Amino acid sequence: MQTGDLSIILPEIVLSVFAMAGLIAGAYGGRDRLGPAMIWTTSALFAALAAWIGLQGAGTATAFGEMFTDDAFARFAKVTILLSAAAVLLMGKGYMARCDLIRFEYPLLIALAAVGMMVMVSASDLMALYMGLELQSLSLYVIAALRRDSVRSTEAGLKYFVLGALSSGLLLFGASLVYGFAGTTGFAGIFEAVQGRAPVGLLIGLSLVIAGLAFKISAAPFHMWTPDVYEGAPTSVTAFFATAPKIAAMALLARVVYGAFGGIVGDWQQILAALSVASMFLGAVAAIGQRNIKRLMAYSSIAHMGFALMGLAAGTVAGVEAMLIYLVIYVTMNVGAFAFILSMERDGAPVVEISALSLYSRRSPTRALAMLVLLFSLAGVPPLVGFFAKYSVLLAAVEAGLVWLAVLGVIASVIGAFYYIRIVYIMYFGDEESELDAGGSTVLASFLVVSAALMLFGLWNLAGIEGPAAAAASTLVR
Amino acid sequence: MESIILFAPLIGALLCGFGWRIMGETAAQSVSTALLFVACVLSWIVFLGFDGETRFTHILPWIESGSLATDWSIRLDRLTAIMLVVITTVSALVHLYSFGYMAHDENFDEATESYRPRFFAYLSFFTFAMLTLVTADNLVQMFFGWEGVGLASYLLIGFYFRKPSANAAAIKAFIVNRVGDFGFALGIFALFFMVDSISFTDIFAAAPDLAEREVAFLWTTWPAIELVCLLLFVGAMGKSAQFILHTWLPDAMEGPTPVSALIHAATMVTAGVFLVCRMSPLMEFADWTQSFIVYIGAITAFFAATVGLVQNDIKRVIAYSTCSQLGYMFVAAGVGVYSVAMFHLFTHAFFKGMLFLGAGSVITGMHHEQDMRNYGGLRTRMPYTFWSMMIGTLAITGVGIPLTGIGFAGFLSKDAVIESTFAGGTDAATFAFWALVVAAAFTSFYSWRLLFMTFFGEPRGDRHAHEHVHESPASMVVPLAALAVGAVFAGMVWYKPFFGSEQKVQEWFGIASGEKHAQVLLIGAARAAEEQNDASGEDSGSGAAALPGQGAIYMAPDNSVLHDAHYVPAWVKLSPFFAMLIGFALAFLFYVRRTDLPAKLAANQAPLYQFLLNKWYFDELYEHALVRPAKAIGRFLWQRGDLGAIDGFLNGVAMGVVPFFTRLAGRAQSGYIFTYAFWMVLGILVFITWMTIAGGQ
Repeated sequence: MQTGDLSIILPEIVLSVFAMAGLIAGAYGGRDRLGPAMIWTTSALFAALAAWIGLQGAGTATAFGEMFTDDAFARFAKVTILLSAAAVLLMGKGYMARCDLIRFEYPLLIALAAVGMMVMVSASDLMALYMGLELQSLSLYVIAALRRDSVRSTEAGLKYFVLGALSSGLLLFGASLVYGFAGTTGFAGIFEAVQGRAPVGLLIGLSLVIAGLAFKISAAPFHMWTPDVYEGAPTSVTAFFATAPKIAAMALLARVVYGAFGGIVGDWQQILAALSVASMFLGAVAAIGQRNIKRLMAYSSIAHMGFALMGLAAGTVAGVEAMLIYLVIYVTMNVGAFAFILSMERDGAPVVEISALSLYSRRSPTRALAMLVLLFSLAGVPPLVGFFAKYSVLLAAVEAGLVWLAVLGVIASVIGAFYYIRIVYIMYFGDEESELDAGGSTVLASFLVVSAALMLFGLWNLAGIEGPAAAAASTLVR
Repeated sequence: MESIILFAPLIGALLCGFGWRIMGETAAQSVSTALLFVACVLSWIVFLGFDGETRFTHILPWIESGSLATDWSIRLDRLTAIMLVVITTVSALVHLYSFGYMAHDENFDEATESYRPRFFAYLSFFTFAMLTLVTADNLVQMFFGWEGVGLASYLLIGFYFRKPSANAAAIKAFIVNRVGDFGFALGIFALFFMVDSISFTDIFAAAPDLAEREVAFLWTTWPAIELVCLLLFVGAMGKSAQFILHTWLPDAMEGPTPVSALIHAATMVTAGVFLVCRMSPLMEFADWTQSFIVYIGAITAFFAATVGLVQNDIKRVIAYSTCSQLGYMFVAAGVGVYSVAMFHLFTHAFFKGMLFLGAGSVITGMHHEQDMRNYGGLRTRMPYTFWSMMIGTLAITGVGIPLTGIGFAGFLSKDAVIESTFAGGTDAATFAFWALVVAAAFTSFYSWRLLFMTFFGEPRGDRHAHEHVHESPASMVVPLAALAVGAVFAGMVWYKPFFGSEQKVQEWFGIASGEKHAQVLLIGAARAAEEQNDASGEDSGSGAAALPGQGAIYMAPDNSVLHDAHYVPAWVKLSPFFAMLIGFALAFLFYVRRTDLPAKLAANQAPLYQFLLNKWYFDELYEHALVRPAKAIGRFLWQRGDLGAIDGFLNGVAMGVVPFFTRLAGRAQSGYIFTYAFWMVLGILVFITWMTIAGGQ
């Protein structure tokens, strides 16, 4: 271990030290009275780290014997993860306070999860991969069950934990198979060893690794935990689940398939395409029957991950770039949508039924309009940014020769448009006046409006994310 | 200056159409009218000061797409200058006239509806579109104007949107024009396909080359030039209401009368003639198409005149008269004497515009009664209107002193057409000559019939209406007087430039004459030489061989019709005059002396009368042959195709298939961990099986 290695992982170290110092301070100091301040501090630290990482120079550096890579791709993913985590943390503060859930552990667990995610996106070795993944997962299991007195929340945490353990097992088994065939756990070494046609055993290992990661991004058929956990967890936690971990897992998947298995694109392309189609259709079809907006968002995120996978399945630089752009836009939309969901209250108590939104536009026109923009964007209606997100992955798929995949994607998005637009219908043409509270915190309202405004004004140049995304994509694909 | 002429009406339309709420109705109307008068004065300045040299005014780059690059620019040559004067003069006067005509309208609620600014805005917009059409320097720009006038025509025919008949007429005009426009568009495509340019300059320069080429279209190959010219002429037929595509024009009379005067008499319907003249450098090489134009023009002139004989609606008589006169113009263009076609267009605008405005004056005087059988004896009640209608009738029937060049405008231009047609010499031209002479007699008959039925004899019909007959206000009478001046003098003043010696005509139209170009045009020269061998000693033209595209019109070196037209036998020159006399005498007999004769004749010749009264049963024929089958196909595609197949499929998917899978997905989501784990393992199993079978060594 050298000081050079440490300087490369300095952001992760800073965050870890902060989390541990916070734990000590919480345990011996103010306990839960520190909660609100801790949330603010953590958010601020996330934002500061994002700025630090984002403003770092170009170039690629590796640490710890090539287990850890700091390149443009990792930086792009880290900035997105940290910013979305900061936003979600701030948004959830009011909700947590009302539910009496402001424990000092909450922001610290999220900080630890963020450390795990940062390790994930930088991992260039199966060991580092697993370490980051487990650090993130363990933190998430706990915060899913944060509401100890709620049966649903604990049930959600438990389900997540058991199924997560299963997926980790699959992943580890796959990793050991890969190690057995390649003789190394480093991505670069696997890349060297696996070129052209691969032995079946290695392919089975690859399948298992992908399946383990597919669980984390909740791609069908490894998605089953998602609706239950999204529904059971506190809404602010759900908002977090729907954003940062998705980016981390998706980025990790991209890193594995390109970094380690870039020589056998044809093989994993089939798996990813199948996952993509299954997710898009399941997300679109199953969401139609939902009455709970959190479950609906769960299926929505499944469908969106399907689209992001389509970009990955293209197997080209343009595909990775499209996937990254898709993820950023997806996260932005979800931050706005969850800001809206967090603000759904009746007499101070949270409400999650879609039917409660009936004629919401009369009660709160501005927020209804912002949500309309977001929902149209989620559905992929031009000229909103969400359309261009879909367009870029479809274009990448078509250019990679996967026309059938693109066609299926378009069909799925047509089906999926139904449930987004149904919410708009209920908000504007419902049959009874909404009983939701009209007021709400300004923090949530501003996140909602800013996110909706980005969907409109981001048309111009997609707010400049194309350049960094292209740079990130080109460092990954060899 | 040309830019001001072009854009003044557009600005007027915008100010009037959108600004009337701010400035008030009267002010809005005045603004658009004033701008039109400005354009009119500038047009006359341009027209009188124009030296014949084609010049271009660039306005803005318009379309850039591959090899298709076109700017928006104004081409000013003699043809454009003539059209500018015609359009802006009639339009300005019609604007003025509309102040009086549209002052009260029972189709609208005076208190709550502001229909006048809308009307004026449409009129001004029409004028802008028409000016765009005539000032175009390329086909797409022209097509823009072409469609713009079609739109304005649609809006104005359907101006009384509460009347079902007006809506039907507007839609009919639009759809029939679509047939023609389709041909025009195909013609433009064909030209672009072969010349790779749509600018007139390039197209005209390529004309001799096109004459040698062939092009595959539909089931066979065609001589390129014939196909292009034919397609362009199909466009002209639609816009100018020529035989087969004429049915919309009489129905278009549903619009307010100023509209009929401006659009359906003086300007828009002559766009087809303008197109043929503008395309003269191509037409000159397309012999077959030219014969076709002559036939169609002659048939239209004859057909419309026969129908006009028996119509009772005052506006319909004039509408058929317009249709017939347009036929004259096409015949002249078809035999290759474009200057004469333009001459007739020019004079016709004045007297036909005036006839329509006069008819409008009668209609307002008679409280919106349009049936001539209910008129009579209006001479003393509406003296100004009577005299202007008299002048119009004298002009359209062609009254003048034969062989001297003194006469009303229509006399000179119509005789020029007929003489040119005789000089054309081909089979088509000979047929057309006789058709036109007969049509001239009919024209005279129905025009005098209109005048006699309206202004002479005893008042007929509703006595109450006749008691309240009044002369129209000054705003309506002044335009009549202004147009009367044109109807009287336009022919005499501009006879020489349009139909004088070749040299005069060539100078007027800016065609560079002289030997310096002779050697350039090899093909033309060769053809001319061949012709000269056949044409014995007679000097064919001045020997000048202009290039296609020089000047406003082009007459091939072998085209000596203009020259020959001055040397036709005296009986040819006299024939239209006598035809006019016969028509007048018969009308006088029928409608002044023996007013019982028409009814008797109609009873005697009932089949013929019905045939003419029903416009040769064209509407019925189209109804059965085209409209009903089209509706049947439409109904089939709607009910079976759209509702049945497409909606059925989508509804089935949306209400049957998708919900089925939604339920299935819902059931799979049992809530039990073992189910979830089972699905995960199943997924793994599928992937591993797949990998084992499909991939690997």
